[in-house]
Amino acid sequence: MSRVKTLQSLFKRYRRPGDIVFAWFALIVSVLLLSQIADQTVWRNGGKLFAQPRFWPAVSLGGMALFAAFHLLGSALSERLEGRWQEVWLWITALEYAAWFIAYAAAVPYAGYLPTTLLFALALALRVGYRKTSTLLAAAVSAVIIVLLFKTFLKVNLPSGLIYESLPDGLRQIMLTYF
Amino acid sequence: MLARWDVVFALLVGSIGGVIIGAIPGVGPAVAIAILLPATFSLDPIVGLTMLLGIYGSSMYGGAIPAVLINTPGTAVNALTSYDGYPMTQRGEAHRAVSLSYSASFWGGIFGILCLILLSPVLAMIAPMFGSREIFLAALLGIILVILAHRGQIFAAGLLAMFGIFLQTVGLDAVTYTQRFTFGQSFLSSGVNLIVVVLGLFALSQAFFLLSAPDSSPDAKPVTGRMGAGIKELLKHKRVATVASGFGVILGMIPGTGEFTAQFMSYTYAQKTSKDPDSFGKGSPEGLIASEAANNAVPAAAMIPLLALGIPGEALTAMMLSVFYVHNVIPGPQLFQNNIDLVYGLYFALIALNVIVMVFLLFATNLLTKIIRVPTRFLGVLILLLSFVGVYSLRNSLTDCMIAAGFGVLGLILKRLNLPIVPIILGMVLGGIMEVKLRSSLPRLKTPLDMIDRPIAAIIFGIIVLVLALHVRTLIKEWRAHQPEEDHDLHDSQTR
Repeated sequence: MSRVKTLQSLFKRYRRPGDIVFAWFALIVSVLLLSQIADQTVWRNGGKLFAQPRFWPAVSLGGMALFAAFHLLGSALSERLEGRWQEVWLWITALEYAAWFIAYAAAVPYAGYLPTTLLFALALALRVGYRKTSTLLAAAVSAVIIVLLFKTFLKVNLPSGLIYESLPDGLRQIMLTYF
Repeated sequence: MLARWDVVFALLVGSIGGVIIGAIPGVGPAVAIAILLPATFSLDPIVGLTMLLGIYGSSMYGGAIPAVLINTPGTAVNALTSYDGYPMTQRGEAHRAVSLSYSASFWGGIFGILCLILLSPVLAMIAPMFGSREIFLAALLGIILVILAHRGQIFAAGLLAMFGIFLQTVGLDAVTYTQRFTFGQSFLSSGVNLIVVVLGLFALSQAFFLLSAPDSSPDAKPVTGRMGAGIKELLKHKRVATVASGFGVILGMIPGTGEFTAQFMSYTYAQKTSKDPDSFGKGSPEGLIASEAANNAVPAAAMIPLLALGIPGEALTAMMLSVFYVHNVIPGPQLFQNNIDLVYGLYFALIALNVIVMVFLLFATNLLTKIIRVPTRFLGVLILLLSFVGVYSLRNSLTDCMIAAGFGVLGLILKRLNLPIVPIILGMVLGGIMEVKLRSSLPRLKTPLDMIDRPIAAIIFGIIVLVLALHVRTLIKEWRAHQPEEDHDLHDSQTR
């Protein structure tokens, strides 16, 4: 019993709900990656250990697995907190915004930077619960400012939309160059 | 160099933009620098670096405003400022607290830059003594310090630092031309891009965090009174300001420690030496000065290992390192010999930005109190739109956006769990340095002991052993006292 208490006092720590889920996930990923090291890296016969292409992946994955195991141990020995699965659900719901981001990135080369940014700013503002005209207007103005700043003035490397090709000659050139 | 209009413009945009970004809780310099990083690649190194330095150096000035007025630090490193700043606001001394924090920030900022300038000849002399072995050992020391600095979360920090080191090994090995952990996927052959990871972990994760959390809109009241009054009061406490700045400089130079440790040490010092220690945490001007002077002295000091050795001490300087690389300016021993103009240009830019920020704040504080009121979910929308510019402009790749989104979700989980993000970035940067330097030093090593047969290498190795021994000693002492380490919610500040 005293040994268990000693172990607890060594590894017990402050944590938050969902910590043990992350700890298990980190350990499983580390071990899975480590198990692939022979397939995914090469060992050069006759070469020095430190110069092997496998050396640093092995060190880092070995370290990851070791630290993940200790992190899990600490999590398991610490006081259990309520709300683990609500927290995990929140992580999952955040994937929706990751999908918004990817959809936005996928749409720009087709619909053009200005229209897509304007549309996404308004749609996302509505999605997160803004209904007041002034807030939606602010979102639209912010979107236009972002486009003007980065595409028009700073000329950041962003694609022109395919949709611009269908515009009349003069306008097309302006849209392709600045928006 | 600073007479160029584009440099002056970058300095103005960076320093004023940095104050504004710092003043908005939920944005912070890491998000802003991550987003602007790709935009600076097309600029001259001095222009791009000046803009990023401006944001880095000035954000903490702005971060003090919400810390003092609404008890919410604008940037993570202003957390201690709220301890004494907010109680002063509650008793109707908001203008005194704000002006005192500006003055202390200015004192710390200028002190840090003067130290950097005075240390330059020493750096120029010592830096060439750093060969591959020494830089490898210094990077190893950096990794160890980054892990040990996260007290109470050492295993998580170690796990994430190792994950960062692993990430930089993915792709084609540049020496042996063999694939590592690409799983036959062509998009992984070129490796995992640092900027994509940075944007995901810092910017997108913050957008996801703000969008997922309930909406809130801080209410900061306007400040009335003369902002210049703080300078007079600061001079009464110049000892605290100077010692706190000293802590900022010393700890800023050490990779992995930075503003947090400097603040805690200077605050403790100020309290222990104060005539009125009981007032700390209840609106003590000395506490406020200690916090602000220490954290503003760090940016200049953090440039020392970056410029002299090419080793970043924290995430923001790691981002700046990539700007140097893009422009083929390699920080390290050769920089002081080949590019001394750039180094001095950066020093003067740092001084100028502190002056610009101070003048701006003397007149624009009330404007900033209005900006603070931006609702959090609205900020989330803006950060998401801006993150796209950062990720997509790198190489117009949808795959990069997907990878960044993945790291964004990982960053959100880490923030929710109060686990540190910085070890991943430093693992990626320092891991790459360690691999390259260890390989290049191998031909000169016959036995492992040859690694430390030069004075500087032996000193760094001695420091590594000492750091590890001291940590083990602390653990044994704590274990004997049956006081397991408690997390102090330090990283909680990264969610703001």
